[in-house]
Amino acid sequence: MKIRLYCLSGHPTLPCNVLKFKSTTIMLDCGLDMTSTLNFLPLPLVQSPRLSNLPGWSLKDGSVFLDKELKECSGHVFVDSVPEFCLPETELIDLSTVDVILISNYHCMMALPYITEHTGFTGTVYATEPTVQIGRLLMEELVNFIERVPKAQSASLWKNKDVQRLLPSPLKDAVEVTTWRRCYTMQEVNSALSKIQLVGYSQKIELFGAVQVTPLSSGYALGSSNWIIQSHYEKVSYVSGSSLLTTHPQPMDQASLKNSDVLLLTGLTQIPTANPDGMVGEFCSNLALTVRNGGNVLVPCYPSGVIYDLLECLYQYIDSAGLSSIPFYFISPVANSSLEFSQIFAEWLCHNKQSKVYLPEPPFPHAELIQTNKLKHYPSIHGDFSNDFRQPCVVFTGHPSLRCGDVVHFMELWGKSSLNTVIFTEPDFSYLEALAPYQPLAMKCVYCPIDTRLNFIQVSKLLKEVQPLHVVCPEQYTQPPPAQSHRMDLMIDCQPPAMSYRRAEVLALPFKRRYEKIEIMPELADSLVPMEIKPGISLATVSAVLHTKDNKHILQPPPRPTQPTSSKKRKRVSEDVPDCKVLKPLLSGSIPVEQFVQTLEKHGFSDIKVEDTAKGHIVLLQEAETLIQLEEDSTHIICDNDETLRVRLRDLVLKFLQKF
Amino acid sequence: MGPEKRRGLWWCEAKALWGGACGCVERSLRRGGAWVGVEKRNPPRPEADPGKCRGASVLIMDPECSRLLPALCAVLADPRQPVADDTCLEKLLDWFKTVTETESSLQLLQDHPCLVELLSHVLKPQDVSPRVLSFALRLAGAFAAQEDCFQYLQQGDLLLGLFGEAGALGWSAWSIPSVRSGWIQGLCALAHHPSALHFLADSGAVDTVFSLQGDPSLFVASAASQLLVYILALSMQGRDAGSPIPEVAAWPVCAQKIVSHVQESLHSTAAPQVTQALNVLTTTFGRCRSPWMEVLWGQLSPLVASLLKRDPIPAAHSLVDLLLSVARLGSWDAAGWRGWESPVLSSAACGPWEILAQTLHRLSPTQAGPLALGTLKLQRCPQELRTQAFGILLQPLACILKATAQAPGPPGKSYHLASGLLDGTAGGSMTVDTLLSSKSACVGLLCQTLAHLEELQTLPQCPSPWPQEPLLDAAVIILRLCDGSADPSSSGAGRLCGTLAGCIRVQRAALDFLGTLSQGMSPQESMLQVFAILLKNLESPESSPTVLKKAFQATLRWLQSSVKTSGCSDLSPDALLFLGELFPVLQKRLCSPCWEVRDSALEFLTHLSQHWGGQADFREELQSSEVPMLACQLLQDPESYVRASAVAATGQLFSRGLQATPTSSENLQAQQGLLMDLMYILSTDSEGFPRRAVLQVFTQWLRDGHADVARDTEWFVTTVLQAVSRDLDWEVRVQGLELVQVFLTQTLGRFRPRCPYAVTLPEATSPTPHPEFLRTLCRLPLFEFVFRALFDCDRPVAQKACDLLLFLRDETAPSSGPQETRDGPNSASVEVALQRWQEGEQGQPLGDLEPEAMLALLRSLDLEGLQGKLAKSSDHIEKSPQSLLQDMLATVGMLEENEADCY
Repeated sequence: MKIRLYCLSGHPTLPCNVLKFKSTTIMLDCGLDMTSTLNFLPLPLVQSPRLSNLPGWSLKDGSVFLDKELKECSGHVFVDSVPEFCLPETELIDLSTVDVILISNYHCMMALPYITEHTGFTGTVYATEPTVQIGRLLMEELVNFIERVPKAQSASLWKNKDVQRLLPSPLKDAVEVTTWRRCYTMQEVNSALSKIQLVGYSQKIELFGAVQVTPLSSGYALGSSNWIIQSHYEKVSYVSGSSLLTTHPQPMDQASLKNSDVLLLTGLTQIPTANPDGMVGEFCSNLALTVRNGGNVLVPCYPSGVIYDLLECLYQYIDSAGLSSIPFYFISPVANSSLEFSQIFAEWLCHNKQSKVYLPEPPFPHAELIQTNKLKHYPSIHGDFSNDFRQPCVVFTGHPSLRCGDVVHFMELWGKSSLNTVIFTEPDFSYLEALAPYQPLAMKCVYCPIDTRLNFIQVSKLLKEVQPLHVVCPEQYTQPPPAQSHRMDLMIDCQPPAMSYRRAEVLALPFKRRYEKIEIMPELADSLVPMEIKPGISLATVSAVLHTKDNKHILQPPPRPTQPTSSKKRKRVSEDVPDCKVLKPLLSGSIPVEQFVQTLEKHGFSDIKVEDTAKGHIVLLQEAETLIQLEEDSTHIICDNDETLRVRLRDLVLKFLQKF
Repeated sequence: MGPEKRRGLWWCEAKALWGGACGCVERSLRRGGAWVGVEKRNPPRPEADPGKCRGASVLIMDPECSRLLPALCAVLADPRQPVADDTCLEKLLDWFKTVTETESSLQLLQDHPCLVELLSHVLKPQDVSPRVLSFALRLAGAFAAQEDCFQYLQQGDLLLGLFGEAGALGWSAWSIPSVRSGWIQGLCALAHHPSALHFLADSGAVDTVFSLQGDPSLFVASAASQLLVYILALSMQGRDAGSPIPEVAAWPVCAQKIVSHVQESLHSTAAPQVTQALNVLTTTFGRCRSPWMEVLWGQLSPLVASLLKRDPIPAAHSLVDLLLSVARLGSWDAAGWRGWESPVLSSAACGPWEILAQTLHRLSPTQAGPLALGTLKLQRCPQELRTQAFGILLQPLACILKATAQAPGPPGKSYHLASGLLDGTAGGSMTVDTLLSSKSACVGLLCQTLAHLEELQTLPQCPSPWPQEPLLDAAVIILRLCDGSADPSSSGAGRLCGTLAGCIRVQRAALDFLGTLSQGMSPQESMLQVFAILLKNLESPESSPTVLKKAFQATLRWLQSSVKTSGCSDLSPDALLFLGELFPVLQKRLCSPCWEVRDSALEFLTHLSQHWGGQADFREELQSSEVPMLACQLLQDPESYVRASAVAATGQLFSRGLQATPTSSENLQAQQGLLMDLMYILSTDSEGFPRRAVLQVFTQWLRDGHADVARDTEWFVTTVLQAVSRDLDWEVRVQGLELVQVFLTQTLGRFRPRCPYAVTLPEATSPTPHPEFLRTLCRLPLFEFVFRALFDCDRPVAQKACDLLLFLRDETAPSSGPQETRDGPNSASVEVALQRWQEGEQGQPLGDLEPEAMLALLRSLDLEGLQGKLAKSSDHIEKSPQSLLQDMLATVGMLEENEADCY
């Protein structure tokens, strides 16, 4: 029986795959590709004359029907509409048949409401508690960013295939634009999250008795997990967004990934050439340089994840860099919850931070930054923030795509001065594309992507360690990055070569199920009489009824032949109970030719000739015109229509064999 | 050891110096010195008795040691008495060796029968601990090194009992490595005279030594090989003079035995045995210089050459050592170098140069590298061989150049460069295979090659012509492969790129090499290339702190070389352009969260301004950046090393007038601000490094006559000394004395101008000090500081103070007699204060000092005596053999007084 993988997302770090395994349909992650938003104009929080006065774009032939939908800024064309997201494939497989969804980390669940609310999905979602809580924050922030800037206009004309191919790049090359969707609502988020069942690391979850799934710590983010999906004889490991660096989360559990038949590998670092340590150094140096010059620093970021590590680095750094008097602002609708949540998930943290809880001390030093007023957080730029705002300062705010959220305001505010710096730390978006609608820009831009996920050196060590039989991964990982085609070290190198997938592809995983486990009821087991046929190997025959329910197979004792009581019943019984024929005994053993010939002679056969063949012997009874073919696993008696002779010979053969 | 503890030790010594403990009392009395009284109040302590201060005489056996020896031997022979530790025994052995060097061992044994008893006692090894056994074996060897003593010990069959087959080898303790090692070392010591040779031959020891060559303990195995060399040399002793050396077959039996053992081992298929044989030969050729070795080489060279025919070559590293050792074997002839032209060697089947050439050809690139370097370092060597060796060193870089050369189209520059490097050398496939086989092999070979070439370039034997341009190109390409920016055209280069990307070890080695290459002349195009790659390494966030440091060092060397190229002391226009890009990078590095980076950046800045601080273009570039301001901010860095480097950097910048603020009024303020900042650091910083750095800067400022310091030097010196006198760091105090010395020299110079053209009569008497000079000295807390330093618990401080006072005395009162000592009005109180200081009460102020009193004090001190005492290490009293014996006895409770205590 083949195991199939349906690949619904082409984004290697925002995966969405469906695994059909032993009558279960399991969705692995549902990442949402938000890079599509880069084609849209930013949503300014405060009316921006610059953005609203951008010229409309018209076709070369002068058609102006698109000028309401498309605007031009410094040679780039943007859709003037609410940003839309590229969903996972919905046509490849009927998503209502998905039994469960396994979530590996909070970045990989952003498409969840689209799946659970609009596809007829009726199953269960499994995720760890921090994943759900922080995932909720990310969704809440996203919904908030988009909903608080209502946009009347919704552009759709440009999506027409005939129109799209006339557009300039990158709009021309955007894939499946017709399936792009607007952001979900908070109501959909709540409904989707209500379908999640919380799990803990190493907890074993039975799916319909057929398979068992287990989340393992993946070391990448709070509550992030890899998953093991296994039956009695098969094991599939799903590795998504893992890290071997010592940051805040619990370290990665590698040992449990051993002995996998297939290892599905996704979510590697997006910047394989950048070492996170070097990037943090670069981040701090540039931050200090800007602030010392009297400039402001803008850090577009998610409200959770790397920001915790950045704050921790800054906590150690600001005093040495003489930045103690510089205010750090963290602006997000969920800033407060994010900072507080991080402190309560002690059991999901690395050992170092866990032990702080018993001191008792807050695990993250940002608590102290807040206490000492060095770090202040606000839900938005409106309200308290405008009263407290002091410059020069450092602002952490979303969204990293620079298309929505408070960051749009700061880009408009600080973009004109070369004293200010925007430092990109999130690796999900190309910083050049993110900056495109803000051009021309005077402020300095620094790109320090911090991606702590596995790099290719670590992957190759991991694979050596856990030794899966087969590796399956997105096609991007099987060749060097296009921009560095000579870097043969920037791809997965394993034996046998990794099997790759791309969006909308169905893979038959390279192994077959051969065995199934069957239980024997105790009373039936009692009745077995094993016979030793070789030292250490015993056999027993069993007659039983195979009972299958909930993907579990049980051998039960056969029903006793019932005594005929009434004519009515008899008929029914004979229908229900399978026929229990008298069983022929099973034979085993081998026939020693010489002794067999002697026996034949004893029984009056003469003129016996023995021929050796490749597989055994042929005993020729020339008088009787009979042939006895003795082979390792078969014996044939060939005689012309002399049934009595055949039976006689058969009985002689049987004497040499064991029966049971 | 804390200061308190040190003070205790030093105190004993200081007291002795001040005239009393070692017979100096009389001298002081005769001179009528002021220190008699001190001595009377401090009777000699037991450890300061006269025997301990007799200088070289402590080595001989004195009555006290003779008295202690029997007890000690008894302790050593008694298995119930635990011996303190191995170090005691080692010291004891060292002492006996020194004694036997100056005295007759025979006499010693006859005078001290307890020693022979001890040696006899160990013949019953069950009663002795292994460490004593090992000690006794080595001791017996040391005694038997003198032939008469050897005979004496032989009479009682003592030596045979210890070293013969019936002796040590049969003991159960033989299984302990230290006993086997003691046995070998004993024999090593013993093998010094012909009688010993017979003994060795008769006792069968040589066979045991053969087997010990493969001992599991590396120390034993190595000592066994050494012993074989000793025995061989001893057997051949005296055969060098006059008559020609016979063939090996006519050599003494013992020598023949060893040679045939070596021959057998060389024939062996087991690599360890071959290694042993090669090691014996390497040591032989390395330590002896006798004609018989030519015969030996003639005999063995075909065997050595035959090793090259095996695959893989066994013991390649040892083979390299041997060949180099043989090749280095030069002029053992008084007439000078005879080379390998001697009849014996030329008749040998394989001359060393041929074998060297073959070996270079046969060894793998990694193994051949050290041999090639060694060959090139030889004083005399055929040119052909040098070319071959140099080719081998260049091979890996040539392969890199070739791999990264542009394949399509006409051959590019790299290709030509590669062929330039490869001229005259054949084959490179083995090198390519090594480079591509695995990461560790590739990295290992490249690092080794770069280090070898770097070493070679600095040597007088450096090959000429030196392929500067291709090497420069190779270094740059390696660095580009490391940072992933190389654009390889071939698949091999792609592999290299993958292997080397982000490899810190290779980066560091390549940067070091690049720095060394700055010594050669390079075309402008190459220099631009070098500056570009250096800048890239300096600004890349991926550069590790160690790589950065190397990049800074290389940058400095290239900037210096650019000055050389431009022909004057100014930076070349290219270098100036480079500086323009460098300062923003330096700015970023000064803000790095990694302290090592901030530290190296500051050090780099210090060097930069030291070299080019006076150059207008440089000043302009620097001042237009924020570098000076950032350096100033780092004075408050939380890391003490960084603070120290910031002190050095800002001190340098300010002395060059390169501070951040440009206008003159602010300039003054800023400068004074820095002086106060540094004073603050000196008096408050909790770590020693920044305080030491401040004093270095201050001393330099004083030396240079820096305006701030010159404005009120007396105030400056007073303030600094006040802070330094309280400092707990001895290096700061030494540095403080250095500052005082600079001050004294300058002040003296001011009051006694020396004009080389002035017509003056030769001074018959010593110069009288200028009264104003003396008044200046007394006005400052200078004397108090120096006198305190004289009693400092740290010896270097006291030494420096003593030197300083000697200098001052010579300058002020060189010929005054001691009778003036008490003349000064205030000298009595000063004397009292000094006495108190001696006793450790340093809280007492010295009080006001009159110039006369100061002069009197200077004259009264036995500064030369003090200097002599201070030159000795502080443990010279405790190191005496008596104290060693006492210590050993004390640990087992055998000293008489301890016995008395027991009752």
